[in-house]
Amino acid sequence: MPRVAVTAEAAAVLRRLRASHGDLMFHQSGGCCDGSAPMCYPAGEFRTGESDVHLGDLAVEEFVVPVWMSAAQYEYWSHTHLTIDVVPGRGSGFSLEAPLGIRFLVRSRLLDAEEL
Amino acid sequence: MTKYAAPGQPGSVVTYRDRYDHFIGGEYVPPAKGEYFANPTPVTGEEFTEIARGTAEDVDRALDAAHGAARAWGRTSPAERANVLNKIADRVEANLEALAVAETWENGKAIRETLAADLPLAVDHFRYFAGVIRAQEGGISQIDEDLVAYHFQEPLGVVGQIIPWNFPLLMAVWKLAPALAAGNAVVLKPAEQTPASIHVLMELIADLLPPGVVNIVNGFGVEAGKPLASSRRVAKVAFTGETTTGRLIMQYASENIIPVTLELGGKSPNVFFSDVAAQRDAFYDKALEGFTMFALNQGEVCTCPSRALIQSSIYEEFLGDAVERTRAIKQGHPLDTETMIGAQASNDQLEKILSYIDIGKQEGARVLTGGERADLGGELSGGYYVTPTIFEGDNKMRIFQEEIFGPVVAVTSFSDYDDAMKTANDTLYGLGAGVWSRDGSVAYRAGRDIQAGRVWVNNYHAYPAHAAFGGYKQSGIGRENHRVMLDHYQQTKNLLVSYSPNALGFF
Repeated sequence: MPRVAVTAEAAAVLRRLRASHGDLMFHQSGGCCDGSAPMCYPAGEFRTGESDVHLGDLAVEEFVVPVWMSAAQYEYWSHTHLTIDVVPGRGSGFSLEAPLGIRFLVRSRLLDAEEL
Repeated sequence: MTKYAAPGQPGSVVTYRDRYDHFIGGEYVPPAKGEYFANPTPVTGEEFTEIARGTAEDVDRALDAAHGAARAWGRTSPAERANVLNKIADRVEANLEALAVAETWENGKAIRETLAADLPLAVDHFRYFAGVIRAQEGGISQIDEDLVAYHFQEPLGVVGQIIPWNFPLLMAVWKLAPALAAGNAVVLKPAEQTPASIHVLMELIADLLPPGVVNIVNGFGVEAGKPLASSRRVAKVAFTGETTTGRLIMQYASENIIPVTLELGGKSPNVFFSDVAAQRDAFYDKALEGFTMFALNQGEVCTCPSRALIQSSIYEEFLGDAVERTRAIKQGHPLDTETMIGAQASNDQLEKILSYIDIGKQEGARVLTGGERADLGGELSGGYYVTPTIFEGDNKMRIFQEEIFGPVVAVTSFSDYDDAMKTANDTLYGLGAGVWSRDGSVAYRAGRDIQAGRVWVNNYHAYPAHAAFGGYKQSGIGRENHRVMLDHYQQTKNLLVSYSPNALGFF
């Protein structure tokens, strides 16, 4: 069962970012200030490892964007489904969308019994 | 009550310029690519100035200036640097009201906090490190009769600092004061949400610093922060922010083999033992205020006491009183001195808080008060306000585990001491914690058992310069404040000197 999804608005931003930066990835951040938010990077910019979980891939027509999270954080998130959306805003660490005046945001819902 | 006029309005104590360039080599320099971005105030959502949109070229120019200044600055006497820091402190203190209004307009926080906390703490921070550097001593170790080890502290050189938006001035000062005291030159990137107030400060103190010792490059993380954090020309990176960017900065630092200090947030437990309610006295009142500290700075504090753990025997009555105390928080215009809670710092921060309130409700947590965006009417309707929110639920819920960075506290109960420690430590983070008890030994043991870098006992949210601050677990690496912070901005030089005239006899 897919654990991640993307809204049409966020997918449109991903297409735009891919045109200028190439393949992309997400890593969900924890912690303060700009944290608790999905960070979008050029694929491979952020090195994932044994301490990360691959939540799934966002299918944006002709390409996919993998979504990662630290395994420790995943223990507390595993019962929820995440949809990556976008809102007007500013500032998101080194995430690629910030200069566009927008910011990716995670919207969550509980996974139902069949999805778990 | 006083309501300060907004910056630039008739009667205001401060005026922002229409535009700010980078501050490089002691002067204002336009961005290489000529682009600027608009800066809104979270108080009303209106734009009030525009800011240079920095890129790698600007960061390089700032690094050139910093390297040009670092050697001479690093060779000044501790007394000379301490004098500069003391003069900066005096200048900030003399302009405290103007800086407080500028900071409130920039960040949205209530003016009573900038007047009573952010700026006075900034002043004291400069004075503290002015004192500490004068008192610092190296070491002499007698290895044997003729061999002596001398230990000197030397500056690192040029350091990069990336500042968060929750205390734009104070967090910049936390990083600047020890770096400058230790003799480093700095390239600093403010948060793009709060890029302007630092320039009000810089304009006040620029004449006190040799050109190039402090350089400010504004811009977005990916365009200006990344070139700074990944530069081969910085000897250290200091960052306050969140975990993913913290890891990325460590990755860049690993390529250059340089140290980092990271402060990455928390989910701080505030633990109330049953004896807190033994009497209805001043201490009980103080404990209730301690609970309500989750609303300080709109909850936008890395150490926000965002999990309240209350012993079950007093749970109902204490929580009832705490809800009442929370409902008494006055939300209003941030420039009104009566206002206790102002605006969230940005629109995306507002949206994130609301998304967490949503998942909290979905997970079955109960909203005891608040739980919604506040429309304060008039010009404030365009601002970003959230009512102080108390959730009741279970520590496994996401609102108990993730930093919301808003005025939201998640409350649960515990049965006994062991249960309290288990829940308190059931978190990825370990930055702050609070312990409330009339029993000194219980408070002491809890303070030692909670895995966090700062445990407040029978108080909360105090940040004196002379107390070390930093995280256990995923809350980061290193400490800020306190003289130990100098270690993060200095190298240790060892001269191992032989006074013997004789060969060893090996060769």
